[in-house]
Amino acid sequence: MVDVAIIGVGLHPFGRFGDKSAIDMGADAVRAALTDAGIAWPQVQFGFGGSFEVDNPDAVTSRLGLTGIPFMDVYNGCATAATALQLTADSIRSGQYDIGVAVGMDKHGHGAFTSDPVDYGAPPWYGEIGHFLTTKFFAMKINRYMHDHGISHETLARVAAKGYRNGVLNPNALRRKAISEADILSSRMLNYPLTQYMFCSPDEGAAAVILCRADIAKEYTPTPIYLRATTLRTRRYGAFEVHASWAAIEQDDAPTVYASKAAYEMAGIGPEDVDVIQLQDTDAGAEVIHMAENGFCDDGEQEQLIADGETEIGGRLPINTDGGLIANGEPIGASGLRQVYELVQQLRGTAGERQVPGEPRVGYAQLYGAPGTAGVSILSR
Amino acid sequence: MTQVAFHPDVFTWPSDDPQLIGGRCADCESITFPRPTSCARCGSTSVEEHLLPRRGTLWTFTTQGFLPKEPYAGGETNETFQPFGVGIVELGDDVRVESRLTENDPAALTIGMELELRVVPFRTDPDGTVVMTFAFAPVEQAAGEGA
Repeated sequence: MVDVAIIGVGLHPFGRFGDKSAIDMGADAVRAALTDAGIAWPQVQFGFGGSFEVDNPDAVTSRLGLTGIPFMDVYNGCATAATALQLTADSIRSGQYDIGVAVGMDKHGHGAFTSDPVDYGAPPWYGEIGHFLTTKFFAMKINRYMHDHGISHETLARVAAKGYRNGVLNPNALRRKAISEADILSSRMLNYPLTQYMFCSPDEGAAAVILCRADIAKEYTPTPIYLRATTLRTRRYGAFEVHASWAAIEQDDAPTVYASKAAYEMAGIGPEDVDVIQLQDTDAGAEVIHMAENGFCDDGEQEQLIADGETEIGGRLPINTDGGLIANGEPIGASGLRQVYELVQQLRGTAGERQVPGEPRVGYAQLYGAPGTAGVSILSR
Repeated sequence: MTQVAFHPDVFTWPSDDPQLIGGRCADCESITFPRPTSCARCGSTSVEEHLLPRRGTLWTFTTQGFLPKEPYAGGETNETFQPFGVGIVELGDDVRVESRLTENDPAALTIGMELELRVVPFRTDPDGTVVMTFAFAPVEQAAGEGA
């Protein structure tokens, strides 16, 4: 199998941008990635575009030049960007192409996402009685987790405060103001135990990644970042998952656990080798749970690790160094490629004020979303 | 005043002892709620009706603190909306079901507490019809029963 390298990354800031279309944001992200890679659009042989709101992300080609390349559109819930990345990488791994682009873009309205629950495999009445809400699921999952593993409300506040603090250092973030743990705890209770400031917001933005065959990467950049693993997994019978009217008594692990194990196996490394981490922090509780689901600690150890500052930029397990979803918000199609953008900056040593010390070598990114899909990517210098 | 169930296939009602209507796979015996067209465990399309136990324990819970967007049909506005409790209720060895709770105060809810099924008003339509839904109530709050 051909190895794959990242030679360029580009980001359109995450936030609110008035009338600017998601397609135009996506085109800006691709242009930035092309500049970063030192190549021109006609050199890109194929692409995958991810979005929730945009029916045809391939319309970016009309902004970049109609070169006639194969361009495939994907949507896979909150794992959309990981899916675009994996498919782009697989197309190169198969030997079919040398250079391709993965781009994600979205432009969401305010407030929690909604759709027709039937399209998620839920009963038709599920939304009518008020159960079709991702926020409620995340709240119930962390509430049980806190009960089982001794995680405190203060820990949730510390996670959110870190997100906002890292966002202050990120010029591309939606939220760039520190919020105190006390203010986070006393903000409006949206879904107990999660308060308003413990949740991310749907917003707008785009990100793009240029991938190429690893053996030719140095023709384009002196610092290629190698994509060591990309995995996707869906839920198994027995997992407690979002948008489900029932759960089996017989329990199985979350899809993230399976995606993570498969990614470590594919990359030939373990969690102890990872230097910088991006996790799906739809809410502060999700970051706590995902630390364990991705193998970075045992269940319950988060309480002490977070109190000791180990998940800060200067800690032993730097998590969501760019502020994660909490500071960046979640334009679904772009979110996972934003994670990759940040990891590439960290591994190149170009993350500026957010730079993890000690010249990190290995980066890890995880996405999780409805209706129970997880994606993991592992990068290294 | 006319009372109607929000959906006819979700719970047995009218009844003094309403039960949720689940499904039991004829092939692998796994139980789900509501009754599905096929089994989530083995894919079998032979799923029989299976009435679920009325009592269970609270596996986890939250509160719904903001008015859900459409397709929510509770009829409230941002001004009239009152937070409601939501939980996962473990029904013996059968299945865990997601349900509204009659209690919306987190301080009054404890993981592991015993709950019983109720059919409660959900909304009142302009013609006066009261639409009923299912909810689980802490057993000590149930009428005529001790804690």
